[in-house]
This record gives sequence, C-alpha cells and structure tokens, in this order.
Amino acid sequence: MPLQTEPRLADPDALYEALMQAHRALDEAASRRLDARLVLLLANHIGDMDVLRDAIALATQGDQP
Amino acid sequence: MTSTYQNPRYAFRRPAALGSAVPERARVVITGAGVVGLTLALDLARRGVPSVVVDEDDTVSYGSRAICWAKRTLEIFGRLGLGERFLEKGVTWSRGRVFFQDQEAYGFDLLPEQGHEYPAFVNLQQYYAEEWLVRACDASGLVDLRWQTRVTGVEAQAAGALLHLGTPEGDYGLHAEWLLACDGARSTVREALALPFQGQVFRDRFLIADVVMHADFPSERWFWFDPPFHPGQSVLLHKQPDHVWRIDFQLGWDADPEVEKQPERVIARVKAMLEGASGMAAPPFELEWVSVYTFRCRRLEKFRHGRVIFAGDSAHQVSPFGARGGNGGVQDVDNLGWKLAAVLAGEAPEALLDSYDDERVLAADENILNSTRSTDFITPKNSAAHAYRDAVLHLARSHGFARQLVNSGRLSRPATLHGSPLATPGGEGLPLGTPAPDAPVLVAGRADWLLRHIGADGRFTLLCFGELPAEIPAGITALLVADDDRAGALWDHAGLVARRWQAKPGDCLLLRPDQHLAARLQAPEAAEIAAAHRRALGLV
Repeated sequence: MPLQTEPRLADPDALYEALMQAHRALDEAASRRLDARLVLLLANHIGDMDVLRDAIALATQGDQP
Repeated sequence: MTSTYQNPRYAFRRPAALGSAVPERARVVITGAGVVGLTLALDLARRGVPSVVVDEDDTVSYGSRAICWAKRTLEIFGRLGLGERFLEKGVTWSRGRVFFQDQEAYGFDLLPEQGHEYPAFVNLQQYYAEEWLVRACDASGLVDLRWQTRVTGVEAQAAGALLHLGTPEGDYGLHAEWLLACDGARSTVREALALPFQGQVFRDRFLIADVVMHADFPSERWFWFDPPFHPGQSVLLHKQPDHVWRIDFQLGWDADPEVEKQPERVIARVKAMLEGASGMAAPPFELEWVSVYTFRCRRLEKFRHGRVIFAGDSAHQVSPFGARGGNGGVQDVDNLGWKLAAVLAGEAPEALLDSYDDERVLAADENILNSTRSTDFITPKNSAAHAYRDAVLHLARSHGFARQLVNSGRLSRPATLHGSPLATPGGEGLPLGTPAPDAPVLVAGRADWLLRHIGADGRFTLLCFGELPAEIPAGITALLVADDDRAGALWDHAGLVARRWQAKPGDCLLLRPDQHLAARLQAPEAAEIAAAHRRALGLV
C-alpha cells in the first residue's frame, strides 16, 4: 500500500489543535523530543518501511530550495 | 599503575639471510603477529602450510585492547585447538543491560537458547589470546616467527612481493610468493603500496580505563546513556578475567587526550562511575591501563591485490561498538586460510582467492554498516539526532518496539556469504553461505558437538541426514547424522541438528573447510557432489 496523501481525517482541525496543545508549554528542545517520540510511535504503528521511506522522501522535499 | 599481566619477551633470532645481497625466499609471509596474523599462521600450519611471520615488536599486545570474543570466533579458535582455553580463562556472558539517565531502559540476551558449545561472548584480554597463539604456532613447527623485524619497504611483483626488513642486527630482503598483510590499521604494506583507505571519521573521543578491583557487578555488558555520574555522555562496563574491569567513557570531540589520560582525572571518573552504578562507596581499585581513542569506519576497495592480500584492520576498520574489529579479522583469515592452502597444493586456481575478496568485502561492509549505525546513535551529530536518541531511550522504558531501536552496539555476528560465487544454487533450507550452526550430538554414546566434526580434518564435509550417498567423491569427508543410535553416525538425539539446519531426510549439505554452507543437495549422485565441490574450489 503506497503512502496515502488523500484526505483521511474526519476532523482535521481537531488533530491540528491536539498537536498545538501538546507543544504549547514546551521549549525548543522539549518540542523536538516530543516530535521525535511522536514520529517513532507513528512509524511503528504504520510498520511498513516502504510507506515510511515514501513519507521521509516527501517530507524532505518540503525543505528543498 | 598496577599490573596483572607480564608481557613475555620473545628473543630475536638472527636470520641466515642477514647481510646477504640475495634476498631470502619464502612461499608465505605474514606481516604482523597480532591476533589476525597469528591466527592465519596457525590455521595455515594446521593445513600443513609453513609461513614466516614478521613483527616489529618482541611481545604480545600492550593493554587489554580487543576483549570481546564472539561465538563464531570462539568456534574458529575451537577448530584451531584453543577454544577450551578461552572458556576456561575468559569471562562468559550473553546478557546486556542498557541504562538511560538514572533508570534501566532494558536488558537483552544474545544467546537465549541452549545447546551450543560456545557462548555468545567470552571476555578475555587480547594479550592472552596472542600469547596462546604464539605458543601454538611455535608448537606446530611450521611457523617461523621473527620478532623485532620491521618492514621498511615493499615491492609488489608479479610472482609475489619483495620485503625490505630491518632488524637490530642489520637489514635483509625477503621475497614472498604470497604476502599476507595483517599489520593493522596503520599497515606498512598498505602504505607502501599507496592504496587508498577511505571512509568516515567520527568526531568523538573515548577514554578506556582498565581497572583492577574486587567488585561484584555481574558478568554482563552494561551501557549507560547520559547517566548522572557522567552527564551527557555514554559509559560502557565489561568484566575481564583477573579482576580487571573495562570502562569506556565517551568524552566528546573537544576533550584533550593528554589531560584526560592523567591518572588523578581518570580515578575521579572511575570513582564517580562506581558510586553511581552501585549506589555505594566505590571499592578500592587501581588503574591498569588507560588509553584515549577516536575512531573511523573505512576499508580498502579490494582486499586482494595480486599476490598481496590484506586481512583484519589493515583491510578494514570499524568503531569498537559491536566488537566487530578483532572478530571480523579472525573471520577474514578463517575464510582465507583454506583457500590459500588449496591454491598452494595445486587443488584450486589462484582465482579462488578472488572469492576471499568478494566474501570478506561483503562482510566488512556489513560490519561497517552496523558499526556506523551504532556510532550515529551513541554520538548524535546534531540536535535532531539527539532528540531522536533520547526519544528512543525514553520510549524504551515502557514500549517493546523502542527497545529494538536502542543501539548501544549491534554485537558481532558472523556474515552469511550471500551471493558467494563458490555456492551451488538450488535446494532448500538454510541460506547458502550461512556459517554452520552448532548443536549437541552423541558419538558412540558420548556427548559431543557437531561443529567439532566439521572441517577439523581441513577438508570439505558432506553432512548427510538419514543416509549416506552410495559414493562420495575424493577430498570430501562424509558425515552421517541419524535420529537413532547407529554405528559411525552422529546421533541427533535432541533433534537440534535437523531443526537448526532445517534439514529433511536425504538432505546432503556440502560445507567448506571454514564451515560455511556451499551446497544443498537431495539424495545426490556422486557427480552432483563433485560438481558442487569443484565449484566451491573455484574450478568452474
């Protein structure tokens, strides 16, 4: 199954809010650790290396000039 | 500093060729009498091949250096007749524990199953291994060990190499038909031939302290990330024989090696570590050996250059996490010895030695990959790497998936020689190129180990399950594995041989003299066995 980028969230605003809420009281370093924990938890949940590589590639493109 | 070990001094013996204008000639010359060079010399001697070994020093290693001998290496030393000494003197362990800050993150067992002659690891100071190898080489009568003999020049030639040697009593030339460079990370032979040795340098420094003390930490590998007694860095603890403990402190790139080596500074670090790890006052201890090191992961592009062949650290270098340096080097020469002996005996073409290159470059890449990944985990290169590392360690306390991501060193495992040109494709079961798994057997009613019977006579082995083929080609030792007590057979009384080898009745597995799987045949005709044998000798 390839990486899905079609809309899949029933309530996108709620997700965004939950992420902001999780970071709200954190400094830079703590935020980074939170994001890392989140990525690792979700990566294990997905459990498919091809999908994860696709996601990393797509995300990497975001910061290319 | 105290000392639990006295280095033996080996006498310089004046060679006959000293002062002669005509170089001496030898078929096989090994440069470097370290673990790798001595193991190769002993392996060749066991195959009846004499060698000359030159080394610039007059003793074995200073300091404990390589201490973790992996199961596969122990099996190789077992085949060479030294395995029991390692078990007797060394500290056997298979458990590792990883701590993060002030808590244990998780523990692991490297060999959870029973029924192997050798454990996952034995810790033993490198100087013991070298001293025993020297003694065994001397006893073989086929190894000409030349101490205090420095290589000052190397000229590669079509039919070998000419070595220029310097000794306390003068210089001489030695022509080697085959030159085996086992002379370590700063290999003189490699430098003389101007071969590029490229790879990655890690910007970090580590302090090794060998400490003599009576402490009751268990025989386990303990690794701390960011502990309160050494904040922001890692620490590794190993037990060695003679009440010697190895402690590695990560120092960071900015540390000054000279300052860090000062005894009072090392003592303060060790004291803090001992108190932090046990929660009690540190027991009395003394320093035995201190060293500060940096490391790199790199290799030669090819390990065979005509009649000059590189093995061990002269061919490839890895970080110490994972114990893949010394163990990788011993496995190099395990691969090389039988091939060179077959070429010298005229049983195989010189091209067989290209397979050493194919197989051990693959193994070196596997070691470098694992060691680089460990180093990236232990030495995070930027704040993102740091955040991920800490996230993994944090999650590992309560989640199994994260424990698999913790990388304090992926400990040495033997390479499976995938894609080896010497393997005959086809068949089922264990992948071709797999190193033989051990299992308990009964021989004439006595408890024994399978691996003791494979390659001990220097030959290829055909491991036959249930029945022997009618005809066995020359040069192959046939071994019958039976599930009942039969004369002349290995009795697989626990069923572990069949299970570990994934074998069915009628399977005949061809094993090379180095115990790697070369062919998987079913009730084969003699011609089929002979063809697989020829292929494994590079004759096809």
